Amino acid sequence: MPHFVKPAEGSWTEHYAELGTSPVDYSDSTDPAYYELEKDAIFKRTWLQVGRVEQVPRVGSYFTKELDVADTSLIVVRGKDKEVRAFHNMCRHRGNKLVWNDYPGEEVKGTCRVFTCKYHAWRYELDGALQYVQQESEFFDLDKSQYGLKQVRCEIWQGFIFVNLDPGAAPLADYLGEFGKTIEGYPFHEMTEVFTYRAEIKANWKLFIDAFAEFYHAPILHMKQAVKGEADKLAAVGYEALHYDLQNPHGMVSSWGGMSPPKDPGMVKPIERVLRSGLFGPWDKPNVDGLDELPPGVNPVKHPKWGVDSFHFFPNFMLLLWAPGWYLTYNYWPTAVDSHIFESSLYFVPSKTAAERLAHELAAVTFKEYGLQDANTLEATQRMLKARVVSDFPLCDQELLLRALHKTGRDYVKEYLDGSAG
Amino acid sequence: MAVQANTGQANTGQAATGQAATLAAATLPAEFTDLAPYSDWILPTERERYAKRLASTMEQMQAFYDVAFPRLEAANKYLENFPLADGLPEPERNLLLLMMSLVMVSFPIEVWQQPRVPDSGAAYLDLIIEPRV
Repeated sequence: MPHFVKPAEGSWTEHYAELGTSPVDYSDSTDPAYYELEKDAIFKRTWLQVGRVEQVPRVGSYFTKELDVADTSLIVVRGKDKEVRAFHNMCRHRGNKLVWNDYPGEEVKGTCRVFTCKYHAWRYELDGALQYVQQESEFFDLDKSQYGLKQVRCEIWQGFIFVNLDPGAAPLADYLGEFGKTIEGYPFHEMTEVFTYRAEIKANWKLFIDAFAEFYHAPILHMKQAVKGEADKLAAVGYEALHYDLQNPHGMVSSWGGMSPPKDPGMVKPIERVLRSGLFGPWDKPNVDGLDELPPGVNPVKHPKWGVDSFHFFPNFMLLLWAPGWYLTYNYWPTAVDSHIFESSLYFVPSKTAAERLAHELAAVTFKEYGLQDANTLEATQRMLKARVVSDFPLCDQELLLRALHKTGRDYVKEYLDGSAG
Repeated sequence: MAVQANTGQANTGQAATGQAATLAAATLPAEFTDLAPYSDWILPTERERYAKRLASTMEQMQAFYDVAFPRLEAANKYLENFPLADGLPEPERNLLLLMMSLVMVSFPIEVWQQPRVPDSGAAYLDLIIEPRV
């Protein structure tokens, strides 16, 4: 007997008939050849979220982004005209990586007036134009205007910087579609106190999205994090979402989340009671505009028990908006079929007092405790999937977004193969 | 690298670069000088606080928790009076950092009964950007 209303078809999964209900083939997470296809079919053709405008506050502010999955590195920089642009991080002379320090594979950030190559001192303007060539007269008919940095599509939605390696891709706003439109206006720009976590995960990138795209696991895997009586109750009841929505290729789940603040303080740990904060964020909503009347896409069914909306923007970006007024992002950057870099950032309205900062610290530290449990479970999953003893796995109705993710991935690969065959 | 857990009897005369504040001399606000024996927990970054947690025994963390937790409510109330915008005075900053370490040990003490997250094995999750205090 569901606690929350399901669609007329009887389940969320059947509501999206194209998904089917049969077990899902997970060879897409172990097959090296399939991973190579994903690079071209997905990561070189879709909009990838690489940062926030706050990371490039001034003219000349830049950061680099390693995209192993697309065999490149990018520079994202704010130009003299205030525009944010992205370029392949490569000197046009002989292909040396243009911006890096000490370790060629590591990301860097900073501020500069021009980019100067370490190798032969070719210099590039912030808009990518080649400005200076060392001993230019030694070259043969070198037209500097033809040797600017290779630009990459770069567009901004609500302060989130996205890039796309496909010059022919539809605009970002079209790609983000209905979800993008209906979240617009959320006060992201007010939430600039950031905690960023990073980890190398020994599992396919989709497995971590799987982990965070369902809350079915929460009462079990994270059982010990709730106080005893509460953990038993949670496990007995299990998990049901308030609402799911798929807007191909993206998906979202809207969830209850009664711990912020909890109905009864006895439900949470002693330190949470004192600091009024925890996994679901600080209990006291910050005083900024835009949180009382939320955009229509946030808490879409306007449920009074609403706690968090979790949006998955295909392929590898998740955005979680929490009822107490903060947000969380996840990015999963594949490095091989069985590994990826996981990045997560928590964004709060900046603490006014030292006490508020302490409440944020508790939320951030709690996130890490959960994240570590999730991360290690993934390695355990990858190890066994690799055996390929079994390839098909049953997914339940609360795992709708996983079913959608794997199908969408396969659809992109199929479309790519069909296109290149023709 | 193991972090030497001690009882607050740090003997460094001067703060080594990058290791600021783990000094016995670290001052706390007058109302909270009873926490001075635990000033080795005054650490400026999450990475250092996490490393100290992993390098500590449960007994060491329990001793810190037993003294610091009963003072948390008062400390939190006290810290409400200090805006971050202008930068915190040194004693208040130390108190905040000390209470951040209390947050850090609260999981081993209140939840796990061990320093590490159970079943977290070799997994790590590094905080690479944190708001400056």
